[in-house]
This record gives sequence, C-alpha cells and structure tokens, in this order.
Amino acid sequence: MTLLGKLDWSAVPFDQPIIMGTVGGMVVAIVSILSLVTLKGYVPYLWREWITSVDHKRVGVMYIVLALVMLLRGFADAIMMRTQQAIASGGGQGYLPPEHFDQIFSAHGTIMIFFVAMPLVIGLMNFVVPLQLGARDVAFPTMNSISFWLTASGVLLINVSLGIGEFAKTGWFAYPPLSELQFSPGVGVDYYLWSLQLSGIGTLLSGVNFVTTILKMRAPGMGYMRMPVFCWTALASNLLMVAAFPVLTALFAMLLLDRYLGFHFFTVDAGGNVMMYVNLFWVWGHPEVYILVLPAFGIYSEVAATFSEKPLFGYRSMVLATMAICVLSYTVWLHHFFTMGASANINAFFGITSMIIGVPTGVKVFNWMFTMYGGRVRFTVPVLWTIGFIVTFVFGGLTGVLLALPPVDWQVHNTLFLVAHFHHVIIPGVLFGAFAGYNYWFPKAFGFKLDESWGKAAFWCWFIGFHLAFMPLYVTGLMGMPRRLQHSDVLAWQPWLWIAEAGAVIILAGIACQIGQLVVSIRNRENLRDTTGDPWNGRTLEWATASPPPAWNFAVQPRVHEIDAFWAQKQRVLARQDLPVRQREYAPIEVPKNSPTGFITAFFSVVTGFALIWHIWWIAGLGLLGAAVTLLAFMFRAQAEVEISAEQIDLFNRAHPVEVSL
Amino acid sequence: MNVAVEMDAVRHGELLSASEAGPASKRIIAGFGFWIFLLSDIVMFSALFASYAVLAKATAGGMTGVQLFDQRNVAIETALLLLSSYACGMMSLAINSRRYFATFLGAAVTFLLGAAFLALELREFQGMIALGATPQRSAFLSAFFTLVGSHGLHVTVGLAWLVLMMVQLSLRGFQDVVVRRLHCFSLFWHALDIIWVLIFTIVYLMGVLP
Repeated sequence: MTLLGKLDWSAVPFDQPIIMGTVGGMVVAIVSILSLVTLKGYVPYLWREWITSVDHKRVGVMYIVLALVMLLRGFADAIMMRTQQAIASGGGQGYLPPEHFDQIFSAHGTIMIFFVAMPLVIGLMNFVVPLQLGARDVAFPTMNSISFWLTASGVLLINVSLGIGEFAKTGWFAYPPLSELQFSPGVGVDYYLWSLQLSGIGTLLSGVNFVTTILKMRAPGMGYMRMPVFCWTALASNLLMVAAFPVLTALFAMLLLDRYLGFHFFTVDAGGNVMMYVNLFWVWGHPEVYILVLPAFGIYSEVAATFSEKPLFGYRSMVLATMAICVLSYTVWLHHFFTMGASANINAFFGITSMIIGVPTGVKVFNWMFTMYGGRVRFTVPVLWTIGFIVTFVFGGLTGVLLALPPVDWQVHNTLFLVAHFHHVIIPGVLFGAFAGYNYWFPKAFGFKLDESWGKAAFWCWFIGFHLAFMPLYVTGLMGMPRRLQHSDVLAWQPWLWIAEAGAVIILAGIACQIGQLVVSIRNRENLRDTTGDPWNGRTLEWATASPPPAWNFAVQPRVHEIDAFWAQKQRVLARQDLPVRQREYAPIEVPKNSPTGFITAFFSVVTGFALIWHIWWIAGLGLLGAAVTLLAFMFRAQAEVEISAEQIDLFNRAHPVEVSL
Repeated sequence: MNVAVEMDAVRHGELLSASEAGPASKRIIAGFGFWIFLLSDIVMFSALFASYAVLAKATAGGMTGVQLFDQRNVAIETALLLLSSYACGMMSLAINSRRYFATFLGAAVTFLLGAAFLALELREFQGMIALGATPQRSAFLSAFFTLVGSHGLHVTVGLAWLVLMMVQLSLRGFQDVVVRRLHCFSLFWHALDIIWVLIFTIVYLMGVLP
C-alpha cells in the first residue's frame, strides 16, 4: 500500500471500545447536523452569510462557536483523566490503558490552549475591536477569514487523530527526545505538529491583521489615550502574537525536519541539543500566556467600568501596566524549567523577573477594585465572572510567586502543585474573562440578552467546582504526587483525588447550565430583545450602533472627542433635551466582498496536512498545488469591495433607530 | 514617493495630531501591515539564527565551517543579491513615475540577479552534499542548511511573486492594487538583504574564524 503511504486499516483502533464509541458518537453527530442543514436547505445561506463571509463580526462569532465546541472536547478529556486518577490511585489500573491516558493528557492541554483559549480570545477581539475603534472592518478582511479557516483546519486534524491513527503521547509541549522519531515512531506527534503549524499560521496572520487595524484604522479623533482598554490589551496581545508565534513556527519546522528528513536539531546523537527545544518552546510559551490573559484583563476592565457606571479607575496606569506586561513577558521564560541546570545566577535572574511581572498585574487588580468602589455596581453575570476572577486569580498568582523561587520550584517541579497553579491562573484569567465577554457582548452580536438566572447558576457551579477540583491538587502536589500518573500505589492521595473528581463534576454542571442558558435564551429571545443597541448603558463605540450591527457597522463615520466617547455623547444629549432630530444624509459605503478563499485554502491545508502525516506524498503535492491556485485566483480577482447604497443604509437605520448617534 | 506632493495634498485646516487623524489610506495600511508581517518573518529567522549559534560547534566529528565555506563564492552571492536589491529600487522609482518599460527592465534585472544568486547557492549546497556534508551528518549542518535554506526559499518565493506581479502589471497596468503589491514586494526583497547580511556575517565570516 505505498500509494497511501503509512495509512491502512490498522490505523483505526477498532479494539478500543472507548475511542470507537466516541468516534461513533462524533460521526453520528456530524452526519446528522450536516444532513439536517442540507435537508432544511440552509446550505446556500450558510455558504453566503457565514462560510464565505469576511465580515469581522461573523468571523468572530465562528471563532467562538469553534472554541465552545472544542471546550466540550477538552473538558471530556479532563474529566476522563480525573476519573482515571481517582479510581487508579489505590493500586488499581482504572479504565484507561497508559497509551490512551498519555494521548488524553496531551490532547487536553493542546486543545485547551490552542483550540479553546486562543479562538475564544481571538473571536472576541474580532467581534469587538473594530466596533470599539469605530472602524468598518479589520485591515485585511479576507486574510482574517483565512486565519479563521486555518484554525478550523487544525481543529479538524486534531479530531481526526482520534479515529485514524493516534495523538501524541508526549504532553502538550512535545519535548524531545521523546517526540523524536526514535522514541515516538507513530503518527501522533505528526498530528500534533501539523495541526499546530496550520493553526499557528492562522494566528500569526491574525496578529498582523489586528496590529495594523488598531494602529492604522481608528476613528478620527481616537488618539491612543482615547482608545478603550480592551483595544489596548488586544494591541498588546497581537503584538505578542506577531513576535512570539514565528518562534513556534520555526521550532516546529525544526522538529519536523528532524522527524521527516533525519536532521539533528534535537536528537540525542550527532550533536543535537534537547534543551534548545525547551528554551525556544517557552520563548513562545510564556508570551502565549499573556496573549491569552491580557485580552481577558481588557474584558474585565470594560465590564467593571460599564456595570459600575464609572470611568475606569486609573486608565493610564492600566495602559502602562498592559504594555509593561507585554514587554516583561519576554524576560521570564526560563522559570518553566529552573531544573534545567543553569547556574544559580541565571535562575535568580529569571526568578526575580517572574516576581516583577506580578507588579503591573497587581496594579490592574487595584484598578478594578477602585473602579467598583463607590460605584453603583449592577451584579449581572459578567460582573460575577469579574469578581470571581479577581478573588481566584489573586490566589493563583500568589502560588505563582511561590513557584518563582527556584528552591521551591525544585521541590514541586513536575508535581500536581504546578498543575494546580497554572489552572488556577489560566481558568480565571482566560476562561472566566471569555465567559464575561460572551455574556457582555452576546446582545450586541445577536440582538438579545442571555438569560440571567441560568448564567448565574453556571457561574456558581464553575466557581465552586473550580476550587473543589484544583485546591486538592495543591495538597497532593505537596505530598509529592507527580503530574501525568496513569495509576499509583499511594493510598494517601486518593481522597484528595476524589474531591477533585467531585469538583470536575460540578464544573460539568456549570457547562450544562451554560448550554441551558443558551437554549433558554434563544427560546425566550423576544422577551430578552435589545432594541436600543445599548442594553447595558455602555461607554464605548460598539454600543452606538444597532444590535446586531449591520455589515457596515456605522452608517456615519463616528468622531471621537474624548475617552468613553459614547458615554460622553449620551451625557451631552441628556443635557440638551430640546436637541432637534436631525435628518441624516447617508453616503454610500464600500464593504469588503465575500470570498471563499479562506474556506478553500483551509480545505487544501487539511488535505496537505493529513497527507503529510501519513506520508502520502502525491496527495500532499496536490493539496499544496490546490492551495496555491486558490491564492492565485484571489490575487487575480476583479473586485475586492461591494458598495452599499445610501438608500439601503437609510432603510436599515429607519428599521433600527439608535437613541444616541455620534 | 514624492513627499512634497503628499504634503501639499493635506488640507491644513483639518490637520489633527497624527494619532487622531482617523483611518489611514489603503496604501498606508497595506504597506504597514506588510511591515508587521516582515517583522514576524525576521523573528522567525532570529529563532533559526539562535539555533545555529547554539549548534555551530556541534559538528559531531564531521566537517566544520572552515573546511566547507568558500569565501569567494559567498562574496559573489552577496554582490548579486545586493545588486538585485539596487535594481529593485530602480524598479520602485520607475513605478512611482508610472514608466512601463523601465519597470519591466528593473524587474527583469532584479529577477536575473536573484536567480543567479539562487543558482550559486544551490551549487554550493550541491558541493557540500557531494563531500558528505549533508544536513543529516551533524547538528551544525542541520542548522546551517535550515537557516541558509530558509533564506533561499524566501528568495525563490520572491522570484515567483515578481513574475506574477509582472503578469499582473501587463494585464492591469498601474492599478492601485498592483502598485500596492509591488510596493510590498520591494519591502520583502530588501528585507531579504538584511537577513542575508546577517547570514553573511554570522555564518560565513564568523564561521571561518580560527
């Protein structure tokens, strides 16, 4: 079977009931969704309005849908691991064999970072940033669509690995020499590398796109010190993407060369250097933490200000802290491997920088608290997520300060203490923020609010479940339990692992509440309808247009005279009740034209990636050719924009009047 | 770009501070975005440079840079690439004054010099492989071929891009979008020079230090 490279029927794990059951369920779900969509005749609508759309709002929504679906997958992995460890810590073997358990923890980490946290954050930035800037779209709309579809390609490949072949058993960072061909001869690491290469290119292009958008497309009058804080954090995050993701691309290219062509970057023989991989990985990996967490900080800032009905406390210090973190994030990477054996002076340097980065973060925490202090705080769902974040994150940060001390780190390195720590910062720091943003901007995206009581139930389940799931891991970590154990003989750990299991079940209830919230809100949407475009009494420009906004975002280019431009305009209108209603004259607007380029390029990327994983060289060649021809066709297309006529804009604005326009 | 003309086009009554001026023109956005992309490309090269620096002495008993590098060949390669950039600059001037023939001439010279560079580089690689100095031989050679080869790959992509742009120019003339892309191409071509100067210094000059 050389025609199909390494691929044959033995690649499908028919003897594994758990895997086959999951794959069967996924195939049934996908087939039924696809046939439902086809039978109901939704395909042309989906193709026209979503798949080929280059509208930043649509792309943003698709990113978030993708992330939420993958959250279910990543969480399924998590609860399987917790169950296995709880059952198998008294000497039993549990229900997951080691080679399967290893794939699960690798997939969990990879999926949660690259295909949940990243698309959540990028999706929210896509939807919100151009609206907050008063812009019509991002700088390069078609490239934005390509970015999204490349991320989706990575998602598809990593899910295919479940049913055809295997996934990496190396942990989510695939350290060599374990990830080298010599020790991982299967296709698992190749699935890991190609799916992350594809989505990584997408992320890099996103970064280029958003840096350009934020720096070059702000509304007239919006100087840097008038930019909403979320845009500042998005700028910092995207600058980090531009400067960090190329390192990951280069690093994975080197490992691929090792595996495919017998190079010696990280091999144990011929002079390869394993620690170079670890260093380069975290040169990307630590900024990545801030790529994820900074936009969430921005969301908390917007939420705190809006629902306290006060300007953000210490706007300038917030901006300064954001940019300080952005720069400092490059000076701490070595704290991920203090045990490398570098000299005490080097470890001390990175220990101190790691503690310094806590200072701007502390500034932010005080700013959020002072924003709420003395404000009329409305305890909506986004505010609950924000307060829950502040409380949880501060404690997670404190355990981080502990880990920044090299002697302490040496003691708990590679234990569950570390696992508890990074979940303790990244779950409140990223997921809580994304959930706050999801609840906050949902009415803007779809024109109706999400149900409050289901949202609050989801928050409390997550908040309690989170603490129950991760606090015990600190204890077992201090008791010496290494991470990634498929089973152990130590009975003393087991009660703690069962408590953690209970926490995971409560988080599951939280996820169920979130699904319930969505279903209830959609059914109840007429009562939750937002007709004003400004459901929360907002402060920034995205609330100055209809919900959902038209393709052109703003009928008239907004002009900005101060920070919190929309809030200030509302105050002016209130002050002058007798303001005559102006008859607006609209000019035609050019919006970017739909393009299937992203979708087709991504299709060929999946084909190429899959063929490369299985060494089917001729298909890989065809896939590359297809992608090249698609991009060529894009390059030679006749028209990049379509014009929206003034009548159409007028018609839309009559149907969706906003109370205060800029 | 004629700066004086651009300055005159600004109406002074509406002049805001630069950061408050509102959305930039498409030309600025495209050029700026491409600059950001080039920065990311340079970051990628810096990772490759770093790994070369780490592995430069890891020859695993195989041939070293002193034995392999031919300074005369590298000097010619450098001259070809820099002259190619000069020709690219001449092409940019011709584009700004919308002269067809000069643009095509500049592009042709740019292309030929770039292709000659690539041919010499491939010949160099071939010679090394013939001596048994393959990338599979040692970590040093893996890093060398990857770093220098990545630059060569960029040059190849640049050559293909230039051909496509000439096709587009002959079909569409000096449309805004064509001019923007040509501008991005020239940025790309000059950035490759910067990378090459670093390769020349770090790989070929420092590689033959005693």
